[in-house]
Amino acid sequence: MGDISQQLTEQVKQAAETGTALAITGGASKSFLGRGLWGQPLSLAEHTGIVSYEPVELVMTARAGTRLADIDAVLAENNQRLAFEPPRFGDTDTIGGTLAANLSGPGRPWQGSVRDLVLGLRLINGRGEHLKFGGQVMKNVAGYDASRLQAGALGTLGVITEVSLKVLPLPAMEQTLVQPMAQQQAIATMNQLAGQPKPLSAACWYDGHLYLRLSGAAAAVEATAKRWMADSGGEMKVREDGEAFWRDLRDQRLPFFSGSEPLWRFSVNPTAAMEELGNQALIDWGGAQRWSRQDDSLSVMAERAARAGGQVSLFCHGDRSGEVMHPQPSPLRAIQQRLKAAFDPNGIFNPGHLYSWL
Amino acid sequence: MSVANSHETDTPRPIDGRTDFPPVYRASLADRFRRFLSPDSVITDDETIRPYECDGLSMYCEMPQMVLLPETVEQVQQIMRICHAEEVPVVARGAGTGLSAGAMPHAGGIVLSLAKFNRILSIDPQARSARLQPGVRNLAISEAAAKYGLYYGPDPSSQIACTIGGNVAENSGGVHCLKYGLTVHNLLSVEVVTAEGERVTIGSDGYDSCGMDLLALMTGSEGLLGIVTEVQVKLLPKPEVAQVVMAGFDTVQAAGAAVAGIIGHGIIPGGLEMMDGFAIQAAEDFAHAGYPTDAAALLLCEVDGTEEEVHDHIHQAESLFRALGATSVRTSGSEEERALLWKGRKSAFPAVGRISPDYYCMDGTIPRSQLAHVLTEMQRLSDHYGLRVANVFHAGDGNLHPLILFDANVEGEFERTEAFGGDILNLCVAVGGSITGEHGVGMEKIRQMPNQFGNLEVSQFHAIKQAFDTLGILNPGKGVPTLRQCQEYRAIGPLRQPDASQAGEASHG
Ligand SMILES: Cc1cc2nc3c(=O)[nH]c(=O)nc-3n(C[C@H](O)[C@H](O)[C@@H](O)COP(=O)(O)OP(=O)(O)OC[C@H]3O[C@@H](n4cnc5c(N)ncnc54)[C@H](O)[C@@H]3O)c2cc1C
Ligand SMILES: Cc1cc2nc3c(=O)[nH]c(=O)nc-3n(C[C@H](O)[C@H](O)[C@H](O)COP(=O)(O)OP(=O)(O)OC[C@H]3O[C@@H](n4cnc5c(N)ncnc54)[C@H](O)[C@@H]3O)c2cc1C
Repeated sequence: MGDISQQLTEQVKQAAETGTALAITGGASKSFLGRGLWGQPLSLAEHTGIVSYEPVELVMTARAGTRLADIDAVLAENNQRLAFEPPRFGDTDTIGGTLAANLSGPGRPWQGSVRDLVLGLRLINGRGEHLKFGGQVMKNVAGYDASRLQAGALGTLGVITEVSLKVLPLPAMEQTLVQPMAQQQAIATMNQLAGQPKPLSAACWYDGHLYLRLSGAAAAVEATAKRWMADSGGEMKVREDGEAFWRDLRDQRLPFFSGSEPLWRFSVNPTAAMEELGNQALIDWGGAQRWSRQDDSLSVMAERAARAGGQVSLFCHGDRSGEVMHPQPSPLRAIQQRLKAAFDPNGIFNPGHLYSWL
Repeated sequence: MSVANSHETDTPRPIDGRTDFPPVYRASLADRFRRFLSPDSVITDDETIRPYECDGLSMYCEMPQMVLLPETVEQVQQIMRICHAEEVPVVARGAGTGLSAGAMPHAGGIVLSLAKFNRILSIDPQARSARLQPGVRNLAISEAAAKYGLYYGPDPSSQIACTIGGNVAENSGGVHCLKYGLTVHNLLSVEVVTAEGERVTIGSDGYDSCGMDLLALMTGSEGLLGIVTEVQVKLLPKPEVAQVVMAGFDTVQAAGAAVAGIIGHGIIPGGLEMMDGFAIQAAEDFAHAGYPTDAAALLLCEVDGTEEEVHDHIHQAESLFRALGATSVRTSGSEEERALLWKGRKSAFPAVGRISPDYYCMDGTIPRSQLAHVLTEMQRLSDHYGLRVANVFHAGDGNLHPLILFDANVEGEFERTEAFGGDILNLCVAVGGSITGEHGVGMEKIRQMPNQFGNLEVSQFHAIKQAFDTLGILNPGKGVPTLRQCQEYRAIGPLRQPDASQAGEASHG
């Protein structure tokens, strides 16, 4: 447990003076994301520790290098959790890297994403200034939302040193249901069920099966499960090792994710058919996130994503020398370049990591 | 005209825009707008402009050069191109219900009203989303979605009138945002016309986009970063049941502890509201909801969800409140009774308005554990200034709405009210909170910004602004103070330093 923000600030100042590129790493567990990461490593691994945690306030503040595993352990003692279910790609995943990459698990449509639950943060910008945005309160609209802006920026705007998050109680009960189902019918079913006021908390289609998770008060979970199973004419069943299934989905440990073909992530309209992805695709987030393993060009994939009302990125593997993120229209590209300059005038943070032009 | 556009300068050039507006220039500018806007959409006469001189905070007013009411996004783009070329300030306006003078006009600029953009473009019941023009009223969304069993989550008390464009600009919340989130949590995409007149979509039909989260940055940006011309929101399934438990307490401390008790128990209520004795009395006289007028604090705790869940949680809430010293507990037995119990809370503002010639609504947030301390301090300030204050409070998420009672006709009373209000906000910052939870900084809270942010953060905000609006024509003078203002306001300081030394003590309650 240590605060090395002073040292980090010095390193940034020096890099700014000499124009040295810095490669920001948390636990380097997600180093496969984005394009390559070039430059002198700036590691947050030693910048760790929970700074404050008020269970009754539902707020935790931790240094950016704190490992998710350590956060989980402390929250569990108080029957709470990170409701956005961050993926663990190793033992070293940090809270800073999770926010920078904007990664959230299967419950995202219902419990929110990491960006939804961020309340504030501290950040070292490219001038070596240690800034504080947002805070530890649920509502705060003073100044621009520079905290959430970091979600998905992959460290191109600055070094996140501290994150304040809203945490939530563990659900009293969870149950997983599974039913063999064709892909298109599963998409329709997921959306139809999500439109009902029931405690649905995850919906996935994988390998010819629809998986549903219910979370909440025991009575509500049980009554809903009973009703949905009855409605299915006996085809829907309780899956006993449900927790393990969702964990493997979250952490990309299902067989679907093994191997080294390119892994594409689509964030699209939950009702989109996207039949061109074929039966090999994996559908999460009640239809809004689709994973596909195909050797195709980004432009072909981007066109498919656009037709489905969304965006695509080459999550890992494949050719990472070109662009790996959905193309940005020129005005948004210009705005992001100017924002980059506004935070990092010398362009020292993760240059070319998110987009070649950033 | 030379343009000082440099990321190196900490404060952009004083973004006052044009101040030289000779009548001839104004007339020729209006003519240019009339080439593509219908004649009645270009308002230049004082009498018709007058209703636009302020928003919901009527103490702050200013007459603009003209008011434009475009009907198409192309017209908005053309307006922006002209204003950009001429460096004319542009203040966007929805319904004008804002409470921080965010939509107050600029004396040397135009008001761009989105009032004609009032169509719901589409509702997709399967995907549970709606595409809206920015002038659609908040409540109209839920009304239109009701036939699909869906509704739009954020429900500001002004929802009959306020627009979704204004909600995006302010990141508005409502009574139910503890569970269902603020505007920022309920958006899929926005279409924006930039300061230069370009039209861009930020976000998509999916939940996450690649790159920096510009959607979050736009939300709550108070019309300083772009003009919102379309909004796509998420819709939620209407809960099967909602029931409300009302509990009265002898002390504010006990009520605060009960709020902590409920949340500590693992229940996230749909809404969790508190009122102090003064507000209870005023609301009861107005709404006759059957509030316990002898109580020092009242909690309204709404639980929603499935039948089974609500049944479970209501029982738990009732016994928790009793165990934590509630002097009275009442649970709504019907929809009518639920509506009645809420009516008192929802009419708290007009109710207080009835017992005082004027009132000033503040909007600070605090960590909930600081509630008792903050209320005690507030009473001290109230005595110090000789002004009464009633408190309504989004207790679940720590958002205070103190209503300061005053009489604008008494010389100097508004100035005292403002000073009192400023002290309350500084107190919120001192205990680790914020000067605004949902009403925005606008013009009103510019003075308190330097208490919440240092110069480095303020400079970073200016740099963000410049990335969107290099000339500074969008809503100039609002939201973020210049560094010079920061220096000035800090030098003057709060009239009375709030006492934060006891902060933290209250958390053991
Ligand atoms: C296909 C695949 C292969 C993998 N291979 C390996 C492997 O070989 N070895 C291994 O150990 N793990 C591997 N993992 C797991 C993964 O690399 C790690 O689990 C993990 O620790 C990620 O979290 P992080 O905090 O380390 O983020 P990082 O990977 O360090 O960073 C993620 C992103 O966030 C940025 N960032 C991080 N922290 C900050 C901050 N504080 N401020 C600003 N930006 C920041 C980084 O610059 C980067 O862009 C693999 C996973 C997969 C799916
Ligand atoms: C009685 C009352 C109760 C209220 N209760 C609540 C409450 O419970 N919660 C809450 O959050 N607020 C509340 N408010 C405040 C106010 O209603 C909200 O801030 C609302 O979102 C403002 O919407 P509007 O359409 O009236 O915007 P306006 O007042 O017209 O404008 C507000 C700001 O948004 C900008 N703006 C407006 N439209 C656009 C656009 N299309 N593009 C870019 N910028 C734009 C304006 O420039 C201005 O800065 C209340 C107000 C009143 C009078």
